[in-house]
Amino acid sequence: MPLQSTRLKDHWQEQQLFFTRVIAAAVIIVLLSGVLVARLVVLQVVEYERFVELSQGNRFRLEPLPPTRGIIYDRNGLVIAENLPSWELVAIAEEIDNLDATLKQLEALGLVDPGEHKTLRDLVRGHRGFERVKLSNLTEEQAAKFAVRRHRFPGVDIEEALARHYPFAEATAQAVGYVGSISLQDLERIDRSDYAATSHIGKTGIERAFEADLHGHVGFRHQVVNAQGRVLSDPAAEKEAEASDIPGMPKSKRPSQGNNVYLSIDMRLQLAAQAALGESRGAVVAIDPRNGDVLALVSTPAFDPNRFAEGISKADYNALTNDQDKPLINRALQGIYPPGSTVKPFIALTALQSESIAPDKELYCTGEYHLPNQTHKYREGKGGVHGNVNLHDAIVRSCDVYFYQLALTMGIDSLANGLKVFGFGAPTGIEISGEQSGVVPTPAWKKKQFSKAEDQGWYLGETVNVGVGQGYVLVTPIQLANAAATMATRGDRFKPRLLLGTEDPITRETAWSEPVALPRVDGPSDAEWQFVHDAMVGVTADLHGTARAAMQGATYKVAGKTGTAQVFTVGQDEKYREADVDERLRDHGLFIAFAPADAPRIALAVIVENAGFGASAAAPVARKVFDAYFAAEGYVAREP
Amino acid sequence: MSLASLEWGRMRPTGRRMPGFGGLVIDMPLLVLVLLIASVGFVVLYSALGANTSLLLRQGLRFAVGLTAFFAFSQVPPRYLRIWTPWAFFLGIALLLAVAIEGEIGKGAQRWLDLGIVTFQPSELMKLAVPMMVAWFMHDRPLPPTFLQIVTTTLIVVVPAVMIAEQPDLGTAMLVIAAGGLAILLAGGAVPVLWHYMRDYQRARVFMFLNPESDPLGAGYNTIQAKIAIGSGGLFGKGWMNGTQAHLEFLPERQTDFIFAVMGEEFGLLGLLLLLTLYLALVGRGLWIAAHAQDTFTRLLAGALSLTFFFYVFVNAGMVSGLLPIVGVPLPLVSAGGTSMVTLLAGFGMLAAIHGHRKLLAP
Repeated sequence: MPLQSTRLKDHWQEQQLFFTRVIAAAVIIVLLSGVLVARLVVLQVVEYERFVELSQGNRFRLEPLPPTRGIIYDRNGLVIAENLPSWELVAIAEEIDNLDATLKQLEALGLVDPGEHKTLRDLVRGHRGFERVKLSNLTEEQAAKFAVRRHRFPGVDIEEALARHYPFAEATAQAVGYVGSISLQDLERIDRSDYAATSHIGKTGIERAFEADLHGHVGFRHQVVNAQGRVLSDPAAEKEAEASDIPGMPKSKRPSQGNNVYLSIDMRLQLAAQAALGESRGAVVAIDPRNGDVLALVSTPAFDPNRFAEGISKADYNALTNDQDKPLINRALQGIYPPGSTVKPFIALTALQSESIAPDKELYCTGEYHLPNQTHKYREGKGGVHGNVNLHDAIVRSCDVYFYQLALTMGIDSLANGLKVFGFGAPTGIEISGEQSGVVPTPAWKKKQFSKAEDQGWYLGETVNVGVGQGYVLVTPIQLANAAATMATRGDRFKPRLLLGTEDPITRETAWSEPVALPRVDGPSDAEWQFVHDAMVGVTADLHGTARAAMQGATYKVAGKTGTAQVFTVGQDEKYREADVDERLRDHGLFIAFAPADAPRIALAVIVENAGFGASAAAPVARKVFDAYFAAEGYVAREP
Repeated sequence: MSLASLEWGRMRPTGRRMPGFGGLVIDMPLLVLVLLIASVGFVVLYSALGANTSLLLRQGLRFAVGLTAFFAFSQVPPRYLRIWTPWAFFLGIALLLAVAIEGEIGKGAQRWLDLGIVTFQPSELMKLAVPMMVAWFMHDRPLPPTFLQIVTTTLIVVVPAVMIAEQPDLGTAMLVIAAGGLAILLAGGAVPVLWHYMRDYQRARVFMFLNPESDPLGAGYNTIQAKIAIGSGGLFGKGWMNGTQAHLEFLPERQTDFIFAVMGEEFGLLGLLLLLTLYLALVGRGLWIAAHAQDTFTRLLAGALSLTFFFYVFVNAGMVSGLLPIVGVPLPLVSAGGTSMVTLLAGFGMLAAIHGHRKLLAP
């Protein structure tokens, strides 16, 4: 290398060069150290407060604590919904040596569903080692079974929690509803922070309507945690967290238990109604006419709400929703039915009030009716010929032909108004949701309902049908029951209510709710009310009364009215014969009533779907409910 | 007869040695500073390890091995070091190749070479071998280096650095570049920078430096937690064993790369300043040795080792305090970890040797 050979090493110069470089390096070192120190001063002195706050936030975590849900009682203090200890089998992955083997052993003991082996294994593996992963719900027996074998299952544990339990199961399923896991939709109607520790929420019925009362308020406990979220038990640090004033960190507090709820329901009536309906599809609503208390609200078939509270499987849920008997539907509020002849007392009252007819005016019933200049036959529902009937007889014997003519005389507007003042065609406003409005048809309603011009016209035939509660008229059982209650009080109306009061679980103080009065039915005179009452008593007492058989031997006087609602239109020249018609196309049997007729304390409506005549299908159900009501010794109405 | 004179007697330099210590070369300032820093390190590490004495004992063993290397290298006259340098360098290259091939077969990051009894990181060897090679190359050549010599020395630095970065071990590669580059710089050359050899994720880490808080749970999370730890330590710290960030596992890598944050949290600004002062004293001692070294090889080596040591400290403290991007550089003598401790102390041993084996021109 020629270049190299020409250059000589100058040791002195090299040492000088090196020395200046070392000095330069030292200066740079000092400068960089200065930067570093400045940085530390910024962090540890200038921004000290902020980082202290951040480190505190890191250290302490608020663990939300779930409140205990309020208990639901019936009006006599019987528990309808309570919280029972439940057991969950949980796995802690980091303590399990062989997850597959452990699961297999648990499956062999019948504690874990073998069908979910893979799902559970993946679930456990998907969580961090120290997290507790739920494997299954255990019955008390299963929990005991596991408890004695616990030593064989390191990393598997039982967790105790409170789970909602409905002791009356199916009997209260529709009215009380159930709780279930909180869904995304549920999140929109709640204050999320209050539900931080809550797993279940009221989904239907009372559980949903009084969620705010029943739920209570979340509590908080301070925990010391690490960055992985593992909770470190450090009572001293937790105490420190309590004592310190960390901005934005709430003090710990105990969860406040939800309020207990007293329902107007009387379980004796509820159970009687449930039993009376038996296997049939139907609904019973019983109301105290003096204040609107709903004494019974039953819909069958029902379902076991406990399955929802425990966590219903997808398959079971699908089975319920696909069941053609629609057990999840609350027929009492959501079922809309033609009221049939049960509207006759209300129409009669309107007719009397509007002087459309004199009470003793007789009309001749030939068993069928023709509109002037028309050939269409409006048949007597039950068939038969009533001959000369007055208004009283027309109600007692449920003469359709009489009411066909009466309806025509009154006109649709008078008919419709007469029904609307009793609350038909609008939700009653009971606390639980899902209520249907039903329909009280008018020409204006029909015009709105149909889009084609040729369908929008109102025909006299349609007025005729309304006169016997057929055609477009649709009502819900609770509307019928409340109208019966209004009939019983001679005009005083109340909003049907399920809530008697809420009780503070600590102080035991109860806030009773006041009955909510609705606009009175003012038009009819006392004599007119009395006339209709007498006719309704006749239904159960007179020789020809349609409900005479059902109410025979009752120790109390019942005013009622049967109804049979057509589901299926019978051909013009055929006779309706039950046996010929598919079961689901058979008529619905209905019955409304109140008792004691002189001083009513209970009014009710019964509907039994596809059961044929109201007299034979629905009235006996009412009888059983009344019997239960009046037989109850020592019965004390909980007067608000 | 002492063990040292038996073992190392043959290697004694012809010139006069420093007096004392039974013929052993021991650089007291270096030794005392190293022991002080290591003591601080053990105290902090004990806390960072969660009072785990068995882990601390392992670190103690590593330190013992490192001290042995320190004493051993102290006795080696620098000219022997110089003679061994090319061998060490090319052995290192060969080992890096071996690791790369093994890594290719193993389909993953591969830094370790399993020698049966111990695992060995060839990249650690290169931390010393690269500056030694640069110093060796420049030893007989006049300073400042020519352009061609700069290119050659740059290759000496870059080739192993790239191989290490390919492992991928950006932190060590950077330290190798720093060590070699500082040697070139001290020789009078300029240092090229080779950032474009970085992988995407490594670049991401570097760019993250611009805004570490933009990604709180990603790469920036560690920085934020470290800053919280340091910042919340304040002036006097939360006290030994009381660092919540460290003990609640908010702080990542707290025994290794982030131990500086543990120190800052538990001992505050004062504790950190004490540690930095000790480090600067050690670097100062190293530079003093470099300034008094007697030939180009020892000068460049001593200077490069000292500056690299500062570079370690600055990069680690800088990254932990959020000044610099996060690259896996341990805090020298304090972070838990095996090979880097041994390498470092071997380097200090070389410094001691450079000073201790000077030929005294005037008695």
